[in-house]
Amino acid sequence: MGTGELSTLLAWGAVTAYAIALVAFSIDLARLADGLARPAEALGGRGQAAAAGDTVAAGAGAAGTTTMTPVATPVGTTSADLAGPSGDDGPEAAGGPGRSRRAVGVAMATTTLGLGLHVLAAVLRGIAAGRVPWANMYEFTLVGTLVAVATFLALCRRRDVRFLGSLVVGLVLIALGVGLAAFYVPADAVEPALQSYWLVIHVSIATIATGLLTVSFAASALQLLKDSRDRGSARLSAARWRLLDALPSTRDLEALSFRINAVGFVLWTFTIMAGAVWAEHAWGRYWGWDPKEVWSFVVWVVYAAYLHARTTRGWSGRRAAWFVLVGYATVIFNFTGVNLFFQGLHSYSGL
Amino acid sequence: MSEDYRPDGHAGGPYAETEPGAATPVALPRLGFVGTLRWTWRQLTSMRVALMLLMLLAVVAVPGSVLPQRPQDPAAVARYLADNPGLAPWLDRLGFFDVYASVWFSAVYILLFVSLVGCIVPRTRVHLRAVRARPPRTPRRFDRFPARGSAVVDAAPEEVVGAARRSLTGSVGLLPRFRVDDAVEAGGARTVAAERGYLRESGNLLFHLALLGILVSVATGQMLHYRGQALVVEGRGFANAVTDYDTFEAGTAFDPRSLVPFTLTLDEFTAEFTTDAAASPRDFVADVTVTEPGAEESVTSIRVNHPLTVGGAKVYLMGNGYAPELTVHDAAGELAFAGTVPFVPEDAQYLSRGVVKVPDVSTGEQVGLVGYLLPTAEVTESGARSVYPQPFDPLLVLTVWSGDLGLDDGVPQNVYELETTEMTQVLEEDGTPTTILVGLGETVELPGGLGTLTWDGLPRFMAVDLRYDPALPWILAFSIAALVGLSVSLFTPRRRLWLRVTEQDGRTVVDGAALARGDDLGLDGELDRVMDAVRALDGR
Repeated sequence: MGTGELSTLLAWGAVTAYAIALVAFSIDLARLADGLARPAEALGGRGQAAAAGDTVAAGAGAAGTTTMTPVATPVGTTSADLAGPSGDDGPEAAGGPGRSRRAVGVAMATTTLGLGLHVLAAVLRGIAAGRVPWANMYEFTLVGTLVAVATFLALCRRRDVRFLGSLVVGLVLIALGVGLAAFYVPADAVEPALQSYWLVIHVSIATIATGLLTVSFAASALQLLKDSRDRGSARLSAARWRLLDALPSTRDLEALSFRINAVGFVLWTFTIMAGAVWAEHAWGRYWGWDPKEVWSFVVWVVYAAYLHARTTRGWSGRRAAWFVLVGYATVIFNFTGVNLFFQGLHSYSGL
Repeated sequence: MSEDYRPDGHAGGPYAETEPGAATPVALPRLGFVGTLRWTWRQLTSMRVALMLLMLLAVVAVPGSVLPQRPQDPAAVARYLADNPGLAPWLDRLGFFDVYASVWFSAVYILLFVSLVGCIVPRTRVHLRAVRARPPRTPRRFDRFPARGSAVVDAAPEEVVGAARRSLTGSVGLLPRFRVDDAVEAGGARTVAAERGYLRESGNLLFHLALLGILVSVATGQMLHYRGQALVVEGRGFANAVTDYDTFEAGTAFDPRSLVPFTLTLDEFTAEFTTDAAASPRDFVADVTVTEPGAEESVTSIRVNHPLTVGGAKVYLMGNGYAPELTVHDAAGELAFAGTVPFVPEDAQYLSRGVVKVPDVSTGEQVGLVGYLLPTAEVTESGARSVYPQPFDPLLVLTVWSGDLGLDDGVPQNVYELETTEMTQVLEEDGTPTTILVGLGETVELPGGLGTLTWDGLPRFMAVDLRYDPALPWILAFSIAALVGLSVSLFTPRRRLWLRVTEQDGRTVVDGAALARGDDLGLDGELDRVMDAVRALDGR
């Protein structure tokens, strides 16, 4: 088996790990919701770790600073996580006391395992092709999803955003699955137009920006859902949406989304500028309204509008979050639609 | 607490001061002409309108990616017009085939930039005052603030104030982290007031001004630029003069006499492809000799991604192909044509189409040859095709026309098309066109007794674009400024921090409070750092 095939196999391995993680994240969210609904029952039903469980629930539920809280820790075991401060993001998200978050532990472990396989897959792909592994649509998907997962796990180290797990891993699973099934091309060297160090700079930053914007999209989507439920939306008042109550406040979600979007926007700005420099080298013009350029511009303008909306009376909060959804839709279209439907100079899908 | 310290992104954000008009009811009677103008200006420069214009800009940019655009692909526009006779003319009239030069697209971005100027100028004035401002006075009570801390130390109050100052200012004297003031209150308590993040608005203004700079640079470049395309065959040269270009366009302020008269000769063109059936291109190199006026000849090369800079212009390698070297003798045996004819590649295997026009016959009718060049030919029952782009087994497959080429009408003709209205195709007895196959180095009889065709050689050609745009360094500089400004404005935290130092029972009590604009994860850490510096006094 060649290096390229091994890379593909590892990518499928990552898909499998993410699939398990997705199930576990969903179970965890459902349990969180259950915990909110039946706190008394949960307290009575889990005697074996009642003392530790109480602390855990306070820490994890506050969505503040705890990370990777192992609920199954036997009573008496000291753990830095358990002793950690309960965070400052408001107690609103506190779940029922004593509820188990065993599932989220499984989810985080399998996500980390998936990321490991994912990194190996990307590295081997690069070795097999003899260049950086982001020169066609499959490879862009492979690395973009990798950045999304890595961003999510990195965020988890600083604050408890595990509630984003099901959405981020779900999006990654879809993207990577589609990438492997529909965009896959064997590893190979690239044509002269791509033989430039700008491939390393321009495309890697674009990939990272896409990964970041995926995570902030997840946060804004949850913000809108939770906001709707808080406002008493008929559609979201059903019991199965109770898990929204377990999330941090809409204000925290908005702040989280903004922070990631700010980084994503700066990186996207850089992507466009680096692309213009490369275009000037390769095609003799820095800007030519190629379909990819048009849509990169549209993405930039929508996220710029988002940043402005946040500071405009009557447009912050809920309305600003819609901009993130529209912005992410343009990001996805820029990647898929423009590559597949339009004729342009960025025809590097290899399909 | 001051008004401008509401959370970032909520009512009263940094743009709020420019839209007082939006907050008051607009149904004021009798504004008058000046009043109406002022109202319009205020609306235009309001954040809300800027937001609308931004959204509109995103929307109006989209049609340019969906419909074919004349500057990029005029042939596709012509096809679209032919295919959609009902709708297309209307779209054409409304500028949909040149969206980015259309009135409506221009209107949106020009309004947006006017709005930007209207917003940035007053804010720059405000900011110039603000950067000289001192931190706000220490509030009487600290209990409302999101971050608070206190410490009790043995060090004297003056020492505490000194330590806090050092901690807040940081080690870089020229660029202090915090701007710090200390004071003594009427009750005898000492206070420290500090503020950081003035650069946030500086970055914001720099970003927007740099965008303006990019727009102006691009417009200036449009006026001064030129670009031309030329096709150069191996062994032949190109002189930098407007007449030597196949196509040439320039900005309104461009002076053709400013073209540096250099010459460029294509010595050799090398193409590499993968050896599999797909024959993906791997490398193209054009070895050229350049002669600039008053300078020695220099030998260099042009590659994709590696343009050649000469005479202030850049030469980009945009395409390549084959230009068979052909000789035609007419029916009388006289030399009627000798030269290279570029054949334009149509697929990855370099199946190339070309036209040979032979007007200078000594007797009889003019001759036109139309057909294909196959670099590596594979001839089967069903026809001939090219299986690889390199010239391993080249073959010319041509059909023959005779008549009037129409070159004497004075109407410019496309060199890649044969004008057949005045010509007749040479046909077989069964009515199918007569096809001649010519191998490299062969001489064949033209059907219908029109003469002979000899294929002498197979040089390659390169298609180059020459561009000159003096605005490029400016555009790059403004882009970098925009990126720096944007990063500074998004990632500089704005924080205010206060300390009150009092003496109680012989010890020094330090109370602190901090406030940030917007959500700020580092706020507590900032206060902790100062408190730790104060506590460290006792540890000496």
